[in-house]
Amino acid sequence: MTETNDRMVPWEVFVQPRAGAPHEHAGNVHAADAEMALQNARDVYARRGNVVSIWVVPAAAIHASRPEDTGPFFDPADDKPYRHPSFYKVPHGTRNI
Amino acid sequence: MDETTLLKAFEARVAAGEKIEPRDWMPERYRRQLVRMMSQHAHSEIVGMLPEGNWITRAPNLRRKMALLAKVQDEAGHGLYIYSATETLGVDRNDLIQELLDGKAKYSNIFNYPTLTWADIGVIGWFVDGAAIVNQTMLAKASYGPYARAMIRICKEENFHKKQGYEICVTLAKGTPAQRQMLQDAVNRWWWPTLMMFGPHDTESANSDELLRWKVKQKTNDELRQHFVNITVPQVHALGLTLPDPDLRYDEETGNWITGEIDWDEFWRVVRGHGPCNRERLRARRAAHEEGTWVREAARAYAAKQQRKTRPSNGVEVA
Repeated sequence: MTETNDRMVPWEVFVQPRAGAPHEHAGNVHAADAEMALQNARDVYARRGNVVSIWVVPAAAIHASRPEDTGPFFDPADDKPYRHPSFYKVPHGTRNI
Repeated sequence: MDETTLLKAFEARVAAGEKIEPRDWMPERYRRQLVRMMSQHAHSEIVGMLPEGNWITRAPNLRRKMALLAKVQDEAGHGLYIYSATETLGVDRNDLIQELLDGKAKYSNIFNYPTLTWADIGVIGWFVDGAAIVNQTMLAKASYGPYARAMIRICKEENFHKKQGYEICVTLAKGTPAQRQMLQDAVNRWWWPTLMMFGPHDTESANSDELLRWKVKQKTNDELRQHFVNITVPQVHALGLTLPDPDLRYDEETGNWITGEIDWDEFWRVVRGHGPCNRERLRARRAAHEEGTWVREAARAYAAKQQRKTRPSNGVEVA
């Protein structure tokens, strides 16, 4: 009874809850092609009127940073306090700076 | 880093309330417990469609029929949310589904009971979905990110299930003596199996300690069960109904409703496959899967044909 799943691949689903909001990862669906992935994503992740746009991306197409690299990969940003406004001193009482 | 150091760091993160994400290091036991628990949860949503599907064609009016259709469709969706979250742990949903079809996977006992009357549909929404909400509200805080996020999504939708169930019950409670009798009968049949949904007593629960330590769960089976009893008993009384428990009493000291002892022999009998509908549920599930084979094959054939005609518009090879 097993069937080969050679062409039903996972697609990651990103939904935009309302115009102006960013697309957010919602989950995945399995589908044979992009059209079917979009329809499945609509049926699974947009059953109520709270989605205005859906992106589907073949899961295999996503390249992600690796947790074990977190330290070295992001460390260029770790020691640069001068990129934050709190680094800078202005006289007391100065407004709207 | 060696295993002990990794485990220490993992447990410190969990203790600090951080979420564990799919690509983070996790103990093999944690991963296995999650796959077991989440796949059972997903299967329960899918099998849970069957007792209710039984009544879609016989709903008393169009409003009730549309609501029930929407509820059952939600349950299909909930199963898929959780299969999706389970796949982040490196398993394939097809293998999980195959285990279910082979009768090797467990799902919630509650779905092995029959839906004999329309009142059962009301009581299921009220009791069974009510119990599920108690459990899933806790799981929305689970330490595993994808599971917690799936639960948040589910909880948003479950409230409609519970309310539509209670509305059915309110209508029957205000109805003819025969309708009231039908409702009381459904309450009598569903009360004890619903209490069993929270699983064995804490002292008997093999997996509880580990799941609590790693914050997959924050409350024990008995704590969740007590909470459900406390919110539900007054709702039962509000409809002028009784519960099939002569030992049920209110404890002034704790503010808890204390129930009589659950028939655990029945619980284990159903777990082992000897409930009223175990075989029927699996038969229905297998039939649905087999009857859908041609659709999946057609979809794959169509996709292959399209791909031969043109490269995919996004330029990504997904074969």
